[in-house]
Amino acid sequence: MTEEIQKKSPLKRFMPLIIFGLLVALLWYGLGLNPRLVPSPLVGKPAPEFELPLLNASGKFSHEDLKGDITLLNVFASWCYACRQEHQAITQLSRKGLRVIGFNYKDKAADATAWLRQFGNPYQVVAQDLDGRVGIDWGVYGAPETFVIDHNGIIRDKRIGPVDQEYISEKLMPLVQQIRSEQT
Amino acid sequence: MRVIVFLVMALLLTPPVVAAPVVTYEFASEEQEALFNKLSNELRCLVCQNQSIADSNAELATDLREEIYGMLQQGKSEDEIVEFMVVRYGDFVLYNPPMKPMTWLLWFGPAFALLAGFFFVVRIIRRQKKAAVAEMSSEEIERLKALQSEAQSMIKTEDSRDI
Repeated sequence: MTEEIQKKSPLKRFMPLIIFGLLVALLWYGLGLNPRLVPSPLVGKPAPEFELPLLNASGKFSHEDLKGDITLLNVFASWCYACRQEHQAITQLSRKGLRVIGFNYKDKAADATAWLRQFGNPYQVVAQDLDGRVGIDWGVYGAPETFVIDHNGIIRDKRIGPVDQEYISEKLMPLVQQIRSEQT
Repeated sequence: MRVIVFLVMALLLTPPVVAAPVVTYEFASEEQEALFNKLSNELRCLVCQNQSIADSNAELATDLREEIYGMLQQGKSEDEIVEFMVVRYGDFVLYNPPMKPMTWLLWFGPAFALLAGFFFVVRIIRRQKKAAVAEMSSEEIERLKALQSEAQSMIKTEDSRDI
């Protein structure tokens, strides 16, 4: 019986080990994935139609207003702790000249105003989605979330969770450059 | 001490209180209610991902139940409502994922693994049987036969003694 085993080619002998190794690699990779990062089916599609009142300003904001320039639509709320975490990065992007629109999700006008006074207001305008109804159309399921919308009003990316330096340098900036090159 | 043990045990025996969402909806028909229950049980709550939107107390789940209820009132069909959810949140919201190339592994993977396992087991057993036969030399086979006939005769003699 031992002779029999030795006759086998080395590949065959190690096959179970190889299969086991592949399985371990697959499961290990799976463990590292974040189940919260649900890819949005909206990426690549036009922004959903909506019209929302503005915070502390008259007038409305609609999907039509998104067109014309690259826009970051930043879903935030005063009750959202992670929004404070990313607020500096958002402010920095706004200072760099990116158009940043606030999407105040399931919040109260007074709370949002106080929050912006405390942490600074980087937004060109803030659209109020008090009941979260428009949020559903955008597939929002928490805050913060950030959508990158191009000059044609097409959603190009969705960031779930706080915007950080890694996201900005690795995903956002290359994407912004790509859109700019498409623009010209 | 006994009292404490008793109390702890009593505590362990109490069934966990399930806080069911309290909003009650009124339906035009039983069918509509059944459809509402079916849909909200088949759709995943994205906030607490291992709960359906029927189970979850998350605000988003409440909103989505409201949304489904509203659509049912408007006379929307099951497919239309599922479509509404998938367009916004992707296939991930479906506890019952659709069959398409992306999900083939999900649908057929387990059956495939079972079949492959079965195939390997059969192959290994067959090979071992073959190897067991092939391993005996002609001398051994002779000896085995001799032993078998010896045993046979022994059984016979034993039988006759008993009678």
